[in-house]
Amino acid sequence: MALEQGGVPTVAVHTNVFARLAQSVARANGMPTTRQAFVPQPVVGKSAAELRAYIDGDDPVHGRPFAQELISGLTDPLDDADMTGLSFERSTPRLLEPDSEDRLHALFAESGWTDHLPIVLPTEERVAAMLARTSRAPDETVGRLRPTFYRESWEFTVEKVAVNAVMAGARPEYLPVILAMAASGQSGRSSSTTSQATVALVNGPIRDEIGMNYGVGAMGPYSHANASIGRAYGLLSQNLQGGSVPHESYMGSQGNFLSYNATFAENEAASPWEPFHVQHGHSPDESAVSLFLGGWYTVFGGGPRETWEQKFKRSLQACDPYTGPIIALDPIVAKDFVKLGFDRKQKLIDWCVEHARLPAREFWDNQWVQTLLHPRAVAGIEPYATMLAADPDEEIRIFRPEDIHVVVVGGETGAVWKMLGGGPRRVTVKVDDWR
Amino acid sequence: MNRKLAVHDPRGYPPRVTGKRLAPRLESLSGKVVYLVDCLFDNSDVFVGQLRDWLGERFASADLRLIKPRESWVDDPDMRARIEADGDAAILGVGL
Repeated sequence: MALEQGGVPTVAVHTNVFARLAQSVARANGMPTTRQAFVPQPVVGKSAAELRAYIDGDDPVHGRPFAQELISGLTDPLDDADMTGLSFERSTPRLLEPDSEDRLHALFAESGWTDHLPIVLPTEERVAAMLARTSRAPDETVGRLRPTFYRESWEFTVEKVAVNAVMAGARPEYLPVILAMAASGQSGRSSSTTSQATVALVNGPIRDEIGMNYGVGAMGPYSHANASIGRAYGLLSQNLQGGSVPHESYMGSQGNFLSYNATFAENEAASPWEPFHVQHGHSPDESAVSLFLGGWYTVFGGGPRETWEQKFKRSLQACDPYTGPIIALDPIVAKDFVKLGFDRKQKLIDWCVEHARLPAREFWDNQWVQTLLHPRAVAGIEPYATMLAADPDEEIRIFRPEDIHVVVVGGETGAVWKMLGGGPRRVTVKVDDWR
Repeated sequence: MNRKLAVHDPRGYPPRVTGKRLAPRLESLSGKVVYLVDCLFDNSDVFVGQLRDWLGERFASADLRLIKPRESWVDDPDMRARIEADGDAAILGVGL
């Protein structure tokens, strides 16, 4: 669409499963008649001959020959709609039309404003009680969110965040954490075809003030605070960014269980190491929430036992090479690592960076590495350029130190750990700014 | 249960949509510079290569140029400037 504005007639080719999304994006950009041509899904894994057959075949969305759509899109005369585009105001009211409780619940469900579980209706009284736990004005802008980078961002206020917090069943004292998550700019309802979830880690005094669980069952449904803060983050993400609708604003092929909730706190008291937020520039008496875009995979293990190095190497190889892990250790495991000489988290991260290796051939064959990192390598950006120059059989390091995170969580009922897809740390937001 | 409740709308505030016109179309691709943009999705280079061959067989006088953005998922103003400077048309494939 930017090329059209630059005076260049353009046709964008998509696969058919993206039809609704592509048309929705075009409309939201004021250019609903943008010329689009479609080929069948998938393109990945198809031979040159099979792709040539796509070009010779029909556009599965428009039902006409693909080539005709392509050539017509560049050469057919424009009409009035093409010449003006489409301008319109979109507004959302502060309050909905009053209605019965049952009908309002139905409206919320049918409008796609829930996560398909019952919600608490955001009455004026409930929202006012929620707002009482922040010093920020209800009409203050908190930030903007969008499901993916090519869609427009929607803006929202403190009150709108409080509305979604009420819907999730959160208690008012949780609001500063939820506001900090909303202010991150990171959506908990990313549209990626890879089905990203956003993992949230809470640190600092707020954990105990609001009863967050960082002990037994911290990653499970055993804490009202963990459960409803995570749910609120999901609801506010979808509602404040303009939706999370399959085929239109959500394209995760398989979806992700962690999209329901992936919020937990670090067990700072039982950890032998400094808390995660302190590693990243905050003081221990500050509270912060860190958000990681990932959640694709989980690898589980126990120990460290005699063969822990082999287990860790295999586990790191099993992680997606595009996204390094959040290594979540029970305090028992963390303390045992200290006995092995890892007296700082960074030492364990450095060990993982050194030993997480794959043959270059296998690393570069990964779909997301090929799509997202290969262009950087070709552009000479390090360390990818050096990794691309390696012999295909050379075992290369697959993660940078900043790709791996170590956190301590759990109640010491077992010497267990998880490697959880986390990728680069996206952002750490100070909660105290939202009290 | 018939009592009416006033509740908040949970949605954020969308930006205003401003209409934008399409660029004037060509009479034909013959003799024109057409950029084929490989959007860097997995295997899109093979698709775009096939598209270039297909167009070349039918529009022998068209100047068909393959081009790639510097990275996936980011805007590349330099690439756009190059297309706008000497391109008559563009085809983006495959992806958004």
